[in-house]
Amino acid sequence: MSDSNINMVAPPEGVVGEGFFATKLNDVVGLARANSLWPLPFATSCCGIEFMATMASHYDLARFGSERVSFSPRQADMLMVMGTISKKMGPILRQVYEQMAEPRWVIAVGACASSGGIFDTYSVLQGIDKVIPVDVYVPGCPPRPEQIVDGVMKLQELVRTESVRRRSSPEYQELLASYNIK
Amino acid sequence: MSELLLPPEHRYAKIIKEKLNDDGSELSILNLGPTHPATHGIFQNILLMDGERILEAEPTIGYIHRAFEKIAENRPFYQITPLTDRMNYCSSPINNMGWWMTLEKLLDIEVPKRAQYLRVIVMELARITDHLICNSILGVDTGAYTGFLYVFQFREKVYEIYEEICGARLTTNMGRIGGFERDWSPKAFELLNTFLEEFPMAWKEFENLFERNRIFIDRTVNVGPITAEKAMAYGFTGPNLRAAGVDYDVRVAQPYSSYEDFDFIVPVGKSGDTYDRFCVRNAEVWESISIIKQALAKMPEGNEYHANVPDYYLPPKEDVYHNMESLIYHFKIVMGEVPIPVAEIYHPVEGGNGEVGFYLVTDGSRTPYRLHFRRPCFIYYQAYPEMIKGALLSDAIVILSSLNVIAGELDA
Amino acid sequence: MALENSDIQNKLTETFGENVFNFQQEKDIFSFEIKSDKNTAVILFLKNDPTLQFHFLTDLCGLHYPDNDENHQFAVVYHLHNWYENKRIKIKAYLNETPSIKTISNIFLSSNWMERETWDFYGIDFIGHPQLKRILNMDEMISFPMRKEFPMEDSGRTDKDDRFFGRTTTNL
Repeated sequence: MSDSNINMVAPPEGVVGEGFFATKLNDVVGLARANSLWPLPFATSCCGIEFMATMASHYDLARFGSERVSFSPRQADMLMVMGTISKKMGPILRQVYEQMAEPRWVIAVGACASSGGIFDTYSVLQGIDKVIPVDVYVPGCPPRPEQIVDGVMKLQELVRTESVRRRSSPEYQELLASYNIK
Repeated sequence: MSELLLPPEHRYAKIIKEKLNDDGSELSILNLGPTHPATHGIFQNILLMDGERILEAEPTIGYIHRAFEKIAENRPFYQITPLTDRMNYCSSPINNMGWWMTLEKLLDIEVPKRAQYLRVIVMELARITDHLICNSILGVDTGAYTGFLYVFQFREKVYEIYEEICGARLTTNMGRIGGFERDWSPKAFELLNTFLEEFPMAWKEFENLFERNRIFIDRTVNVGPITAEKAMAYGFTGPNLRAAGVDYDVRVAQPYSSYEDFDFIVPVGKSGDTYDRFCVRNAEVWESISIIKQALAKMPEGNEYHANVPDYYLPPKEDVYHNMESLIYHFKIVMGEVPIPVAEIYHPVEGGNGEVGFYLVTDGSRTPYRLHFRRPCFIYYQAYPEMIKGALLSDAIVILSSLNVIAGELDA
Repeated sequence: MALENSDIQNKLTETFGENVFNFQQEKDIFSFEIKSDKNTAVILFLKNDPTLQFHFLTDLCGLHYPDNDENHQFAVVYHLHNWYENKRIKIKAYLNETPSIKTISNIFLSSNWMERETWDFYGIDFIGHPQLKRILNMDEMISFPMRKEFPMEDSGRTDKDDRFFGRTTTNL
């Protein structure tokens, strides 16, 4: 592998000795999760085209461990909502979120998904955080691929530092309950 | 009550009951979409299937209905371009220019030749990017990812040109009443020339990948054909109609922005199947390249990039700070104090998918009284259920892809 | 021989008399009005007449005029196009407060969804339409959003402070 320029992720903090390496489970799990986030692109409109650009050769999201775009919610870790979500679409988005297995994260890409954007109308949901909890918001209409990549990196940071117990904590249950998600 | 008003599941249930086979097998209902990955966009079709074959389909649309027309009634004229961007976001400059031309028609503004040629260049670039996405994604849907990865780089190159012209990549919001907001920089022309040098080679290679590819031919020839009569009855326009053999093109029928100065052919297909649609789009890309080259060669001297209409054209920002007159004009335009005639006009342009029309009704106020967009996707998507009748499920995806239905344009 | 406006006008008035009126050239489009109950007859005539040949329906949409008198509250606008002569016309039919007009979906297949959209936006009833139900909005919706009295913004919004949008007289 001498001629390749692959970047390896640095190991977490820990104690190194001969033949062993001791560290916290949290860090290892976080490291593994953060670098193999399988995205579920929920592309509805313009931002979806920018996501295509992000996936394509020029920006290549695969560099961040998102090589496999998972189109099935069951196997996905990261729901990327790109584009306007109308009120007609809201329940479907929610259903997709409910189908995802824990742990799951959500990125709202673009102004429409974050806040409704310029479409302040009767038919548009004013931000997807009205129906599902969101971890990272990416502004822009549409955001540049660099911004989307930045959003993914921000999420990786969140994932890396997340406690393995968070998903069973009462706070998290409360959050889900506030969205009425079982 | 008409049967069609029932939800498709109930309607299908009756058919299933009637057609129960002796061996116990029965028809089934399949829900395709709205978030099905292969439909890249939000399209729901409830299908009645006999094994792999589609017997009936009922599309549901409106999943990203954003009420463009309602917003347009509440926005001043120059704030409507951002909406047109987001209609067909694969080729937003065409929509932008179409909207400005509608207003220029309303206000009787003559745009200088040079600005018209610049518009032609940017509209043809948009057409290239539109067809590029459609055809490369059609490749992806038939199982060839390479073509997409290869030509998408050139979409990035076009984005760079857009950025040089207006600062944005995808939703360009380009231009003003009477021309452009600024002259094109030398860098823009430089990038354009490099693009014109490099792109044809790549596009030729892309064509070679597909045109004689056995798998691609098997997947597309005779898949989803539509006759010329049917296509016209369903209101097809653009490449999809031309693939059926009708040479209707707004650029030729009603030349706008000096299209009559350029020499180009309107490619037509024969059978209107998926392969023909693919080939027509390919051929149009070559024509677009030729138009851009002609426009660059014929470009008038000088640096005129907008019409001299201070009543409607925003003055440069520096002047607004230092010049009384500019400040007044700026104020009047932004506050909507400019005279707008009471009229009803319709202006068509040839968009990426067909005739994009703007039907504008004004009442003299700062906002349109009514603005209706003729959205080609919306009109021809109604033919989809008929086109996929009898086809295999996997063909339905390919047909949808080759029709290039853009959700933003479909749902308004 | 190009198709002149006067030819269209003469042919129409010959056949339909008082039912077609108000002929005028609006910018580049020749337009006229029809009585709403004659829409199918006129459009069928325009489509099938060997000299007129308006065989393509470009566009169909609705309009709402709340300030007009009660017989001109709504309008349906048809844009037809003759590709042989490259001639476009616009036809307008005014409707009263309970708007209804005959469907042309049996004349032009493409008008099916456009009529559904017009129903969805304005509540204009197209008599005889095979599947007149909402197309863009949710089936549960009861109002017609493109009517002028319907607000653009969702009235149930809570995150907007009216003070910051100049909607209150006092900035308190």
